[in-house]
Amino acid sequence: MKRFLALVCSIAVMATLLVGCGNGGDQGSTSEGGETSGITAENVKVGVIHIGDPATGSGYSYTHDQGIVAMQKNLGLKDTQIIRKNNIDDADATAIENAMRECIEEGCNIIFATSWGYMDTCAALAEEYPNVFFSHATGYQSNGKNFNHYFGRIYQARYLAGIAAGMKTETNKIGYVSAMGSENGECTSGVNAFAMGVASVNPDAVVEVKVTNNWYDPEGEGQAAQALLDSGCDVIAQHCDTNNPMIAARDEGVWGVGYNSDMTAEVGDAVLTSVVWNWGAYYTQAVKNVLDGTWVIGSKVEDYFGSMSDDLFRCTALSAQAAEGTQEAMDIAAAAIKDGSFDVFTGTYTDADGNVIGCDGVMECNDGKTMEVDGVNYAAITSYYKNVVVK
Amino acid sequence: MISMAIVLKFIVAAVSAGTPLLFGTVGEILSEKVGHLNLGVEGMMAIGAVAGFAAGYATGNLAAAMIAAFIAGALAALIYAVLTIGFMANQNVIGLTLTIFGVGLANFIGVYMVSQTGSNNWQLPAVLIDQMKNVNIPFLTDIPILGKLLFNYDPFTYVGIIIALVCGFYLFRTKAGLNTQAIGENPSAADAASIQVTKWKYINIVVGGGICGIGGAYCSMVINGGIWINDCVGGLGWIAVALVIFASWKPQMAILGSFIFGALRILKFYMPSVIPIAFFNMLPFIITAIVLLAASIRGAKGSHIPEHLGMNYFREER
Repeated sequence: MKRFLALVCSIAVMATLLVGCGNGGDQGSTSEGGETSGITAENVKVGVIHIGDPATGSGYSYTHDQGIVAMQKNLGLKDTQIIRKNNIDDADATAIENAMRECIEEGCNIIFATSWGYMDTCAALAEEYPNVFFSHATGYQSNGKNFNHYFGRIYQARYLAGIAAGMKTETNKIGYVSAMGSENGECTSGVNAFAMGVASVNPDAVVEVKVTNNWYDPEGEGQAAQALLDSGCDVIAQHCDTNNPMIAARDEGVWGVGYNSDMTAEVGDAVLTSVVWNWGAYYTQAVKNVLDGTWVIGSKVEDYFGSMSDDLFRCTALSAQAAEGTQEAMDIAAAAIKDGSFDVFTGTYTDADGNVIGCDGVMECNDGKTMEVDGVNYAAITSYYKNVVVK
Repeated sequence: MISMAIVLKFIVAAVSAGTPLLFGTVGEILSEKVGHLNLGVEGMMAIGAVAGFAAGYATGNLAAAMIAAFIAGALAALIYAVLTIGFMANQNVIGLTLTIFGVGLANFIGVYMVSQTGSNNWQLPAVLIDQMKNVNIPFLTDIPILGKLLFNYDPFTYVGIIIALVCGFYLFRTKAGLNTQAIGENPSAADAASIQVTKWKYINIVVGGGICGIGGAYCSMVINGGIWINDCVGGLGWIAVALVIFASWKPQMAILGSFIFGALRILKFYMPSVIPIAFFNMLPFIITAIVLLAASIRGAKGSHIPEHLGMNYFREER
């Protein structure tokens, strides 16, 4: 018992010391009442928490890190002003907390947490460190002072990719390898936008979905694509990390629509186009906002839900194998999306079971808990569009 | 509703999914038959994966890639063999360490190579990708149904089946193989019968590791279509360890077993989505448990666990 008490005491002492160091580390920021956070291009220090290893050359962490690299270049920051914590398992609360505390100790005043599972730790530490700005990807929590969430309307690009797929298909069956099932709003909104894009140019085509139930499963992703091809699909789209669905489509002599990186470059012409992120657009904007006082850490930061007009994502250049007229059709839709006259999810829609989904004028009714931006309750999109089949 | 064509395609996909498991299982059987439980299959496969990939990248030759994968896997197994046979270290600990080491080393080399390419993309040359395509044997492949079912896989599948058959013949039909089995059952008795215990242990473990290595090359080269991906073996090595039990330590059974496991792994993509995916992910292990149970009830001859599996042999303790 004594030993246990001693242990508890020593941990408590260490924790206090840590907190002390943390607070001491960022005295540069004077948020209370000041015009800016007192952070300049010289003393800003950015921490990045990655779920994987950006050095792998493709995939989720790589694309986020490319955004950080772009931000660093755009703002002329030194290498020492960026601290990366790689391979931080987003289900391991202790590891997340340690990584973030280490960043703070090393003097970071902005922390980008790039994975969903980091949300609760961000929320807790934002309370503890009011002078550090926590920016969390894909989540829904924020406090308006020093904790925001960011993501993008990637579904807009998927709608365009759907046009490319819908115009190419000959069997009128399009496959879609999704990491998560219909219960996941991020995946489902992507599937629906893609399916709406398909329907806009090819009302007869159906989108067949296979779920791997894993955000990263190279073997399973290829196998799911193969199963779709075996059932007669001739265009494969994906919401998963590796090239494997595209490779399966290419080897079968048909086509695909990639995600995350420009898979035309990696797999070849069979990939009609790829939906890619350009996280640099947000990272540059966010750090800039802090530097120029648009956002003041400790009193005012805003949530971010970027659009195609922000250049946060795009469809890569069409490959030579895309159907004739695809570019024109995509351009028309892209122009409407960019000028705000069309946002894919406006009004109501009919799902696969014939139910009418959404409230009048907005996509989904808001339950007050999930991410809501401009009336779009992103995470609540959990039923598939009418031309989607799940077998 | 389920057409013949889809069933055919399902079987073809199952064989492809089972091929990496076949190598891992046969390699592990060789090791376990001399009484050495090597939990490092995953690591040996990972090392074989990166070595095969690198050799393929450098030479553009499939045979060279397979040989490199074999040698790399064998060297990894040699580490295990020296530590467990020579230094009598705990087999489980060394095996687990080998897995951690192998996967780490493979990712380390992979990431380094990715960074060296400039395009951030370590990719096999097109000439090699062509060699990895499914074989096309004139006349045989053209036979309706049977052609697609038997004569239209990638070269690894055939190599794997041949290796499994050769190992089966070696273990059960040659004197050396039977001696090997005696070592796994009772090394002191084998020693007394003037079987060179240490020598045959080394041979089996090292060759077994080499076979695992080729399975790793399949993961990096075929599954991922010639583009390097970290953690490309992705746990298949562990399934292979379970599959050894399923195959009741017989390489011939491993052929059937790995294709059944392959089928179970892809079943979720071919079945109606009313059943949760978690159920399908669980199937291979449930079936292993059932087979294990059935085997122990039946008490089948020659298909039981080697008596001295997991125990090191120290001659002076006889």
